[in-house]
Amino acid sequence: MTTSGVKLKLNQQRPFQLDVEIECRAGELLALVGPSGSGKSTILRTIAGLQKPESGYIHSEDEVWLDSRSGIHVSTQERQVGFVFQDYALFPHLTALQNITIALSYLAPGSRAAEARNLLERVNLKGLEDRLPDNLSGGQRQRVALARALARKPKILLLDEPFSAVDKVTRKKLQQELAVLRRTIRIPILLVTHDLEEASILADRLYVLHKGQTLQNGKPSDVQRYPRNALVARLLGHNNIFRATVEGHYPEQGKSRICWGELILEVELNEAFAVGSEVDWVIHPAHLVMHRRGRPSQGERENPVKGRVKELLDLGETVIVSLKLKEDETTYLAFTVSSHSARRNQLCVDAEVSVSLLAEGIHLMPRR
Amino acid sequence: MSLAFWTCAILLPVAVFCGRLLAWKQFPGKALVEAAIALPLVLPPTVLGFYLLIGMGATSTIGQFYYSLTGHHLVFTFDGLLVASVIFNLPFAIQPMQRAFEAIPVNIREAAWCCGLSRFQALWRIELPLAWPGVASALALTFAHTLGEFGVVLMVGGNIEGETRTIAISIYDRVQAFDNQSAGVMSAFLLLFSLLAIGLVYRLSYRQRRHDY
Repeated sequence: MTTSGVKLKLNQQRPFQLDVEIECRAGELLALVGPSGSGKSTILRTIAGLQKPESGYIHSEDEVWLDSRSGIHVSTQERQVGFVFQDYALFPHLTALQNITIALSYLAPGSRAAEARNLLERVNLKGLEDRLPDNLSGGQRQRVALARALARKPKILLLDEPFSAVDKVTRKKLQQELAVLRRTIRIPILLVTHDLEEASILADRLYVLHKGQTLQNGKPSDVQRYPRNALVARLLGHNNIFRATVEGHYPEQGKSRICWGELILEVELNEAFAVGSEVDWVIHPAHLVMHRRGRPSQGERENPVKGRVKELLDLGETVIVSLKLKEDETTYLAFTVSSHSARRNQLCVDAEVSVSLLAEGIHLMPRR
Repeated sequence: MSLAFWTCAILLPVAVFCGRLLAWKQFPGKALVEAAIALPLVLPPTVLGFYLLIGMGATSTIGQFYYSLTGHHLVFTFDGLLVASVIFNLPFAIQPMQRAFEAIPVNIREAAWCCGLSRFQALWRIELPLAWPGVASALALTFAHTLGEFGVVLMVGGNIEGETRTIAISIYDRVQAFDNQSAGVMSAFLLLFSLLAIGLVYRLSYRQRRHDY
């Protein structure tokens, strides 16, 4: 089988269950997200040949790295993978330059140092060639690790939470650098991360993993907007996940209606769910619109919901509002408003607030 | 001195192999193997010497095999003493190396393999340079301990001048002959050498701790 990229299917029961099938094309950046123990890092390690599954295959371009049926298991050394470990795993006794040179054994000894310098320059580390890892900052270490991973001219780049050990400012900078760098390398890139924002910024596609299985994959914006079920929604960090019953479909209006407790909500027409069936539904905070005091507008007629502010969490530029519903005091809605808007509307704990749940933002999901 | 040198030379590869194995591999009976290696630390030297004497004696399988191979016996010869020395020094050589290899994170080795380094290249270029304080400690301890060992040497090697007489035996011999001056010089040498060796071990262990990865 020939594939321009990597294609794999892994299956194992022990030490924990893994049953995934992934394809990543050359030039594509694919993010694996999921909670701890979901198998993200195991997938990377298996691709690198550091772990062996009970069964499965890994095809990289025209090479077979693993095929349990034919008994093929190519060693890590022969796989030509670039691996950036979570804590970088730089060789502490070697300088930045030597850390890279050591991965250039396929070149003639005379040309290794020059190539290593090129790679360091490519990751903006010119001038730090002779520093030991101990004398580099977290961000600089990450860059050396990236340069070392690229040194082998890898057929696949594996990044295991590469930004988790640096501060927020450095993380942003490194993410930008990776976004630029990836345009210049036409190989598949697999990024393991627990940071959804990072995955959304960097990845072309997202794989949501849970207990060793793929729950959903697709474009980050699609997966975020249309989670397959409540579990995926929860894993993606959605807070506003509720249960409702389908009340009816109204094709002529392009709407369906759901019963949410005592409230009837309008949603976009979705006849996939039978009338009377129970559904889970989710709404992204961006589709919750707070009504401005004293300035009624047209939008207020769209699924209006009243409640009392239970909690306010000031994050500087934005405020996260937790709203206890008037109709059902055990239910809370979470949404975000700008600090400016919170001040203007005199938001405070116990204040009465009404919001609109925009129909286009309500996504229905089958009950599991 | 010759015995200490050859003991170190033989134990270096053996201890690197065993130290790595014990540091990184889990296998059934590992605790038993570690206990067996540590035995010379707690067993009276005469007990160990007795078993080695019986095990390598002229009538033993090993002794007869060695005789058929070389034409001479193992006990009361330098060769026999060397075998005994290697065995009673196993914990002094293996344990510091095991600790040193344990201190190297697994992903450093994995990163080496991902860089295309073979297992031997990874050992030579990454693991040994990182574990060298442990390796040097092991050699210093082994060397000093061999010079000072008395019980096992006397049991297995006896006291044959130019063949199995070590400094420790010589000191005993000189005291028996009321030659306290020679015994004093040799004792002072052993004292000084042991102090230097242990000092080196401590210095290296500080270094190892500073480089905890």
